[in-house]
Amino acid sequence: MSVEQWVFYVLAAIAVGGAAVTVFARDIVRAALGLIVALLMTAGVFVLLSAEVIGLVQLLVYGGAVAILILFALMITRAREVTYRLDGPQKPLALLAGATLAAAIGVAVVGTVFPTNTDHINPVGFVEMSTALFQTYAVPFEVASLVLLVALVGAIIIARQEERQ
Amino acid sequence: MIPLDQVLVFSGILFALGVYGVLTRRNAIAILMSVELMLTAVNTNFIAFGVFHRPSLAVGLVFAVFVITVAAAEVGLALAIILRIYRQRTTANVDEVDILKW
Amino acid sequence: MMPVLGYWFGIAWLDAILRLAVIAGVMTVVVIFLTYAERKVIARVQQRLGPTRTGPAGLLQGVADALKLVLKEDLRPTTADRWVFELAPFMVFVPVFLTFVAVPFTRDLGVRFLSLGLFYIVAVSSLNIVGFIMAGWGSDNKYALLGGVRAAAQMISYEVPLVLTVLGVAMVASSLDIRVITERQDVVPYIVWQPLAFVVFIIAGLAEMNRTPFDIPVAESEVVGGPTVEYSGIRWSFFQLAEYSSLFVLSALGADLFLGGYIWPFGSNPPGWLQLILILVKTSFMILMIFWVRATFPRLRIDQLMSYCWKVLIPVTVAQLFFNGLVLVYRWPDILLLVFSGALLVGATAATAVAVRRAARRPRDAQAVRDRRLQYARGA
Repeated sequence: MSVEQWVFYVLAAIAVGGAAVTVFARDIVRAALGLIVALLMTAGVFVLLSAEVIGLVQLLVYGGAVAILILFALMITRAREVTYRLDGPQKPLALLAGATLAAAIGVAVVGTVFPTNTDHINPVGFVEMSTALFQTYAVPFEVASLVLLVALVGAIIIARQEERQ
Repeated sequence: MIPLDQVLVFSGILFALGVYGVLTRRNAIAILMSVELMLTAVNTNFIAFGVFHRPSLAVGLVFAVFVITVAAAEVGLALAIILRIYRQRTTANVDEVDILKW
Repeated sequence: MMPVLGYWFGIAWLDAILRLAVIAGVMTVVVIFLTYAERKVIARVQQRLGPTRTGPAGLLQGVADALKLVLKEDLRPTTADRWVFELAPFMVFVPVFLTFVAVPFTRDLGVRFLSLGLFYIVAVSSLNIVGFIMAGWGSDNKYALLGGVRAAAQMISYEVPLVLTVLGVAMVASSLDIRVITERQDVVPYIVWQPLAFVVFIIAGLAEMNRTPFDIPVAESEVVGGPTVEYSGIRWSFFQLAEYSSLFVLSALGADLFLGGYIWPFGSNPPGWLQLILILVKTSFMILMIFWVRATFPRLRIDQLMSYCWKVLIPVTVAQLFFNGLVLVYRWPDILLLVFSGALLVGATAATAVAVRRAARRPRDAQAVRDRRLQYARGA
């Protein structure tokens, strides 16, 4: 086995561990910290798959995003004062659904014969990706920026306190 | 080199954990975190298929960029809505926000 | 590449580990003497002497402080969230350490020269926000939590202008490789083409490092040291290490991006020793400027700090980015870069002056406010 494969196993194991903390933790701040572990390790997997740009974008976006999530969590749950129950009574059913889904995906992946090569990466060049992003898909890119702008304005309008009340 | 199916199994596990989180959590912010997990799993798949395809497809990476963009917009709006709900009902528990049920 | 600085033993990963070890050692020494330098500089500004007792001219003061910190007991509040509390200093420190990997000090001196180096630095350095929040939350102390929340709000906001300024430079150089950006400046350093970017870079950098005048997250008189209030001994020294290392990285990065790094003004390929001297001089210049700012300015209030970022810094940097795009796409003469950026700098300075005057002004109905307070105090 190559070094890359070992690195992948380590990253994937830590990422799955972090994801497990995110969904199983009783404390919401710990859940958020587990989320950032999972996201950072996934960024590492992206880099291993020779998608360095996406990996770095992941770091840049989620470093701040998770910090904001924690802030909101603190603001809204007052986690230290009140012991909150984060989970609902549907827990066993949800566990069953999740396990079934994981099993189904596993079986499907192992059982499928993919029409491409499955053991060799063809790196996408930085230039190639930029050309695709800014020329071939320029219109979707602009639309995405519009979506962000609208979301930003909408978030401000929704979250703003009315002056009358 | 990492085989494709191992990457897919990895992302499948992440996605299933996310689904479990969305189904079981009652706190809106915890649900949002699980959704982020699922989106990342989806991104892993896009990137994996993009780079394993021959000749390699930049589309996978481009789509991953769009997913991250939409995820950012979604988090912003969702947090604004949660904040609004919290201000009016002093709870972020989605089970208690059921006024439209009947 | 020179043999000493090429791949040691020819093995890539061993080479990387060795270089990281060297960087860690150098960084510790640099930080120890930066704390000494800061105390000395601020003392001179305030007409004091600063440390003079330990070693010749007090040179060993930093070493003594470091030894004291290492030997001190590492305390943890009993109500603290154990894992979060203990891991927070590393979460603050590791991203700063990782940024060292991509900063080129001379043409051959550096850990790795990444083609996406600038982007890498921006992305990785944004991660230590999480460390501050972890420290604030894990300590179970209201001042620590307040400081952590303030740090998060401030660092996320000021990251935007910081990224926009380095983006402006990357546009002019049309590269994200810091070595390429530096070597494009052999005739004219980019501070000439992008004066606004340089100024905003330093301002936003100060805010990212939580230094005066943007130090409300760690303000002693308000939140008694903020997120670090419950830390002692070696864990506290990690926060210190992170702060001064990021000061050093930011200064070296600023020297590379704006001041011509190890190239300007000695042609396109000065000898190695000259490159080292150049980068050291420029980095020291940046560091000295930052110390000077600390000795000069009072602290901003949080609303002033936020509105300064969102209403002044971000609009002008976005405008600069837009004009850069125009000039570069239509191949207008380079001097227009300077004209636009300079005009924006003048505008930003004017806006800052207005904001400062308004902040310093006595409220118009000060007497009315006082009267109302008095009435309230009397229970009327």
